[in-house]
Amino acid sequence: MTLKECYDALGGDYEEAIGRLRSERLVQKFVLKFLNDGSYDLLNSSFEKEDWGEAFRAAHTIKGVCQNLSFLALGDSSSELCEALRGGHTPEADSLVKRTREDYQRTIQAIRTFQEENGA
Amino acid sequence: MERHADKQKILIVDDSEMNRSILADMLGEEYEIMEAEDGNEGVAMLQQHGHEIALVLLDIVMPNLDGFGVLTAMNRYHWIEEIPVIMISAKRGSSHVERAFELGVTDFISRPFDALLVHRRVVNTILLYTKQKKLVSLVADQIYEKEHRSSLMIDILSNIVEFRNGESGLHVRHVQILTEMLLNVLMHKTDRYHLTQTDISIISTASALHDVGKISIDEHVLNKPGRLTPEEFEVMKTHSMVGAEMLAGLPIHQDEPLVKTAYGICRWHHERYDGRGYPDGLKGDEIPISAQIVALADVYDALTSERVYKKAFSHEKAVSMILNGECGTFNPLLLECLQECADGIQEELRDDSVFRRNQREMQNIAREMHKYEELTASERTLQLLEHERMKYNFFADLSKEIQFEFTLQPPMVTLSAWGAETLGLEEIVMEPENDPRVIELIGKDGWRGLADALRATTPGQPTVAFDCLIHYSKDASRWTRILARAIWSPDEPPRYTGAIGKAIDIHDSRVHLDNLERLATHDAMTGLLNHATAKKRIQERLDERPEGRFALAILDLDHFKSANDNYGHSFGDQVLIYMADKLRQNTRGGDIAARVGGDEMVVFLECKMEVEPAIQRIFNSVTGQYENFPLSVSIGVATTEKVGTDYETLFHAADQALYTVKRSGRGHYRFYDESMGKTLSAISPIDSEAGQGQ
Repeated sequence: MTLKECYDALGGDYEEAIGRLRSERLVQKFVLKFLNDGSYDLLNSSFEKEDWGEAFRAAHTIKGVCQNLSFLALGDSSSELCEALRGGHTPEADSLVKRTREDYQRTIQAIRTFQEENGA
Repeated sequence: MERHADKQKILIVDDSEMNRSILADMLGEEYEIMEAEDGNEGVAMLQQHGHEIALVLLDIVMPNLDGFGVLTAMNRYHWIEEIPVIMISAKRGSSHVERAFELGVTDFISRPFDALLVHRRVVNTILLYTKQKKLVSLVADQIYEKEHRSSLMIDILSNIVEFRNGESGLHVRHVQILTEMLLNVLMHKTDRYHLTQTDISIISTASALHDVGKISIDEHVLNKPGRLTPEEFEVMKTHSMVGAEMLAGLPIHQDEPLVKTAYGICRWHHERYDGRGYPDGLKGDEIPISAQIVALADVYDALTSERVYKKAFSHEKAVSMILNGECGTFNPLLLECLQECADGIQEELRDDSVFRRNQREMQNIAREMHKYEELTASERTLQLLEHERMKYNFFADLSKEIQFEFTLQPPMVTLSAWGAETLGLEEIVMEPENDPRVIELIGKDGWRGLADALRATTPGQPTVAFDCLIHYSKDASRWTRILARAIWSPDEPPRYTGAIGKAIDIHDSRVHLDNLERLATHDAMTGLLNHATAKKRIQERLDERPEGRFALAILDLDHFKSANDNYGHSFGDQVLIYMADKLRQNTRGGDIAARVGGDEMVVFLECKMEVEPAIQRIFNSVTGQYENFPLSVSIGVATTEKVGTDYETLFHAADQALYTVKRSGRGHYRFYDESMGKTLSAISPIDSEAGQGQ
């Protein structure tokens, strides 16, 4: 699996990322780093605690990171979730967090596969 | 990692570690990157590094303190004026943007980050600010240079006049110095002339030109030794009007205050207060105050200088001639000013030098600057600040003291390096009140007590001395005195914004004091209270609750003398110690036990229910055997119910009950009753076999 194929699998725009970040090395470094980002765990735990302010910030952070890496699918769902949480909890937030979780799993799967195949 | 001291520093404040490292990667080659993961940490780093930071990249949405909070703090501390901020935001055009610009943000970068764009924005902003700082200092230098040059030109010009005049060359300087001295005194004396420091500076500079008209006077008249003929004097008198016309004839600069002031001085410096001067015969305050003052200064210097037609008068003579009106009439206010500064004049004229003059100018500038509330920090003040900080850190390190600074907003404690190490904390602790380590050290009550004491101060009395225990570890607590000064804002009304201070270890002296206190209040051998202290405490208890029911028991060891005689004094001591232990064991926390004399002890207790069982218990505990020595005790008891709440009366009654016990065979206890009223004291005639039976 190439980095480009990884992007296709997770629903991202590889060319856009390379265009902005200017080097494949940099893009790869941050894609792999995404696996260790704690914002997703924070999102889940804040939903459990029903701490909506923290949930908003976590969604906001995921959205920002996805934008920077051109992870379009997860970027979209987390962005919508972020808006649904901006003023506190809304009914839409519950369905949106499901979509965000699915997109996150898909993203993580693709990156893990890429990581294993490339021994990175 | 290699340290690049010469790299400019960029502070990235963003809660997402990913975002920080993407930015760090984009900029790390050219700049030294510092990272903060929320607003509080960002403010702390700004506080610590200040103007070393060339640029801040700031996220908006963050936990604890968000981007706007950081901007607010940067405004409050005026950092925003020197440190540019680029805001990181998802999209432009939101309501955030406007607010951010209002708070002084220079630019935005939006997510997703574009490496080239980020780079360009950062470089541009830093360049712009660097350039601006250079320009500010350049302009300041040029203004100084310009000022310097123009006063140089005036000096040259006035020297030319004097050169023709054949005068010492110092006359103009002297007039200038005197003018300035007189003006300063006058300004403090009265508001009548609305003088400011700027006016004083302009008038004394313009005074140098007062005789510029003499350039048109024929040299033979100007330097004639001896008296001038009336005709010659008329010629001489034209110099004031000529000087004024020369200035009025300047093709440019007519609106300059300096030129206008100089015009008045030239024209009217020979007018007199009574209207008998020339050329216009002005009277009183028709003559501008500038011309009045220069006239006085001119006369004084003429008198004290040697001229072709006269010798120099002494300072004293010159002053008295002026005061006596021998040189024309002057404004009485100005004569007062002359008298007031007369003592300083000679010294001032003698010591004058370029150095002194610059110094005086600097003082004036400083005085002027005081009037402006807000000064933008120049390079020099920054250097001074840096210098102060270095000095502070050095002495703080040397002193081996826990020094601290506390700010309320953001909630943060900054510790001296040594202090942080000693306490096992970092040098900067955010939200100290919620930090378990801080609370562990000082205790919840300690923190509250100190915070309350600081808040209770006033701007006039801002200092606090607060003693508390610092718990360094589970079993190492030390008494510590915290000396602190609350910081109040200059607003009206003032707000409490934090504090500075230090903690001093007073453990040893405190323990020493405690020991001394113990020694003073306790009986050294038995460890019970001594009589004086017991008496004081008992009376306090009685006064506190006069309605309470209390009992006082005096215990006396029977045949104690025989214990001393048969077994030695140290054995006697041991018996007493044993007895004291028993008393301690059989009294409650609120009771008072004391040794009042050789073998007499006192117990004071509250009788909530029946008092007799308690006395019985005490009696039983001290009766029996100690190392084969039979212990027998007599006890006399008196209750407040019977005799009231005066200690002396209570003690006396218990003493009489004790005497009754001794009389009736010892080894038991009795309560005082009225029948004992006439008995004698058991205490005063010592309990010896000889004293018995009195």
